[in-house]
Amino acid sequence: MLDDPRLWQIVALSLAVSLSAVAIATLIGMPLGAAIAVGRFPGRQAVIVLLNALMGLLSVVVGLFIYLLLSRAGPLGELGLLFTPQAMVIAQTVLVLPIIAALARQSVEDAWREYEEQLRSLGVHGLHGALTVLWDIRFSLLTAVLAGLGRASAEVGAVMIVGGNIDGVTRVMTTTIALETSKGDLPLALGLGVVLIAIVLALNAAAHLVKEAAQRRFG
Amino acid sequence: MILPLRLENVSFRDILKPLSLEIEAGPSTIILGANGAGKSVLMRIMHGLLAPSTGSVSWQGNDPGRSQAMVFQRPVMLRRSAYANVSYALKVAGVPAKERERLAAEALDEVGLRQIAHRPARVLSGGEQQRLALARAWALHPEVLFLDEPTANLDPGATREIETIIKAFDAAGTKIVMSTHNLGQARRLGDEVLYLHEGRIVERAPIERFFAQPGTPEARAFIKGELPWV
Repeated sequence: MLDDPRLWQIVALSLAVSLSAVAIATLIGMPLGAAIAVGRFPGRQAVIVLLNALMGLLSVVVGLFIYLLLSRAGPLGELGLLFTPQAMVIAQTVLVLPIIAALARQSVEDAWREYEEQLRSLGVHGLHGALTVLWDIRFSLLTAVLAGLGRASAEVGAVMIVGGNIDGVTRVMTTTIALETSKGDLPLALGLGVVLIAIVLALNAAAHLVKEAAQRRFG
Repeated sequence: MILPLRLENVSFRDILKPLSLEIEAGPSTIILGANGAGKSVLMRIMHGLLAPSTGSVSWQGNDPGRSQAMVFQRPVMLRRSAYANVSYALKVAGVPAKERERLAAEALDEVGLRQIAHRPARVLSGGEQQRLALARAWALHPEVLFLDEPTANLDPGATREIETIIKAFDAAGTKIVMSTHNLGQARRLGDEVLYLHEGRIVERAPIERFFAQPGTPEARAFIKGELPWV
């Protein structure tokens, strides 16, 4: 099974989709979370509650929502993205963004208590302060990124709906596992499951080592 | 010139009772008082970190901006090198990149941290971090430096080093406004005392007179009570 090139194509696509989604969600979610952490605006508490609630978004609901957006009759139908890997990246980004933004918001808010006076004394205000803190705690924020990656690599509902599980095009590990299980090919499903877990474990181990080394180095 | 600093009828919640005072250039001002007397709040209001509940705070110039700096009891360092912490402050202050290098090196020299300028700031000792906080202020060449119990967490050796640097600020013409409850330190560094008691300034006097003949019963009790720990 492991020498099957189709298998590795599936693994590669899974990684490409989930890592892209997490990268985009990190670029948007981190500054967003930091801005909410530091900002003082009406409705802030409501935004925080909403953001935290969105962490538990159902992947099938996100899938359906993106499906409607991208379907031919939908507002973004002209882009022709439905049933492509890009559509899967969009769906997973939507799924992961609240997780990364909410966790970053909490971390930055906690750190802000320590930094605020000092930074204001130096003349650093608003978003500039938020970004300074964000950069300063970047290694602890790895945990937020990992939580997002865990969510993205494990979900099956969203990629199934917007990707369509098309063999050789949009078939990823989780959708293959679901498909092979329903077809009764349990060994292949199990094998893929093991590969998926191994990859997630390896990524987490690498992140942990980076974080540990950084904390020893920078305090 | 941003001094004098004028506080008129300034109060803060129930911590500071309405008070008016003027801080002039020149003599180093020590704010003395027990824990909870309102020393930190008063300094934060002067520095602009807290807005007073009532009254007004005004400087001679309209925008005191970078002409005033503050060093806290517990310095907060960014996770980057000692040097980068100083140059960050300069960058925020709008100092051009070329200038920053020279000013930061000068400031680190002044506090004796040149040798470890490239060490991460967060792994420095408490005393070194406080010296770095002073370097960060030094680089900005402030006209006024506020210090909020800068040696409260430090051992005697580190305290001496910090006091030497504070004297250098004074010698360089920076107005010192420092809170402390260490009477020995007040005598070593101060020219005049503002004595705070339960949110009120009960006495303002030249340092020698304050210790020789305190004018109020509260100040007398404070000096008597604190002396055993000097």
